[in-house]
Amino acid sequence: MAVQVRVPTILRNYTGGAKSVEGSGETLAALLSDLDAHYPGLKGRLVTGDAGDQLHRFVNIYVNDEDVRFLGGLDAKIADGDSVTVLPAVAGGSAAVAGG
Amino acid sequence: MRFDSLADSVGRTPLVGLPKLSPSPDVRIWAKLEQNNPTGSIKDRAALWMVQDAEKHGRLAPGATVLEPTSGNTGISLAMVCAQRGYQLICVMPENTSIERRQLLTMWGARIVSSPAAGGSNEAVAVAKRLAAENPSWVMLYQYGNPANAQAHYETTGPEIFADLPTITHFVAGLGTTGTLMGTGRYLREQVPGIEIVAAEPRYGEVVYGLRNIDEGFVPELYDAAVLTTRYSVGPREALRRTRELVEREGIFAGISTGAVLHAALGQADKAVRDGRRADIAFIVADGGWKYLSTGAYAGTLAEAEAELEGQLWA
Repeated sequence: MAVQVRVPTILRNYTGGAKSVEGSGETLAALLSDLDAHYPGLKGRLVTGDAGDQLHRFVNIYVNDEDVRFLGGLDAKIADGDSVTVLPAVAGGSAAVAGG
Repeated sequence: MRFDSLADSVGRTPLVGLPKLSPSPDVRIWAKLEQNNPTGSIKDRAALWMVQDAEKHGRLAPGATVLEPTSGNTGISLAMVCAQRGYQLICVMPENTSIERRQLLTMWGARIVSSPAAGGSNEAVAVAKRLAAENPSWVMLYQYGNPANAQAHYETTGPEIFADLPTITHFVAGLGTTGTLMGTGRYLREQVPGIEIVAAEPRYGEVVYGLRNIDEGFVPELYDAAVLTTRYSVGPREALRRTRELVEREGIFAGISTGAVLHAALGQADKAVRDGRRADIAFIVADGGWKYLSTGAYAGTLAEAEAELEGQLWA
């Protein structure tokens, strides 16, 4: 069972610079633990709490583009072939269109 | 329709059906045309409510200076409202903001303070907070945390949609300051048990997420996840594709963020069809496409348009 995980720029120091890594797990928590075995320290940047059982407030994770906080958080189910995206939370809203 | 002044004409925008993009007579999609507001975007509602609220609480007196981190529609709306009422407006915006935005703000009398392009809106918020601390007489309305922003939608956008579409099953809007979703969502939840409140969040190119570390992240103070049913991240390719579909098939010329919202709305429509449920899905058209023409979003192939948007804050 393989899942593609897209890693944001600021966390690529944990993945040897890789933009996308492969992992496995039936839940998001299991997937993150599997990733942490290959990329030590990565999980620690994504979760908080004494038991590491909460998503970091400024981390958003999406499974097939849906925010995992609405899919059970770290208990969200992951299936083979899913695409997982990790992004830092940034200010949007009435932002600039650059260029020009 | 007659109004005493331009500001009085904010809101009461049309809700129009999408006969071509709706999948069936039982699953219908409706667009709330916020580009029909005085300065052409939904932000007129929040701007007017934040200024009126500040006046009511004695924070704004004649001649006051208003400060806001915004390079986009909120700045334009605030500039219009402030000019009408005799306030000076200072907008803090990333230095890579488009020339149209700068010209529009200057035309309405706003002053512009640039913040570094790297860090995008996060950086603009940080600079504005610092300026506010250094200039205690300036009033920062702060759209990301001002309850009047959400309240505008609780008092106007929500009731308007419910009056026009009492059979509504889904409400879909873009997630930025979160004011539209929080205010409209709360109102509709009170009126329609079981309604689904769906957020569509633009997913930008990598440079926009170039924080130095995770702890510099930002979640608007207004945001309450409990108001939402779910939240989707929509990338530029889908947003552009839907923006073009909307104008080609239904004649609605909208900004790029609306494409992202339509994408999420169509996803909900597909789900309703698969589940054999009826649905009336209302979504927000936050603004028209005029301000985005220079981005190349409406010309050439989708791949070309997507490449043009890379690195830009397109919503």
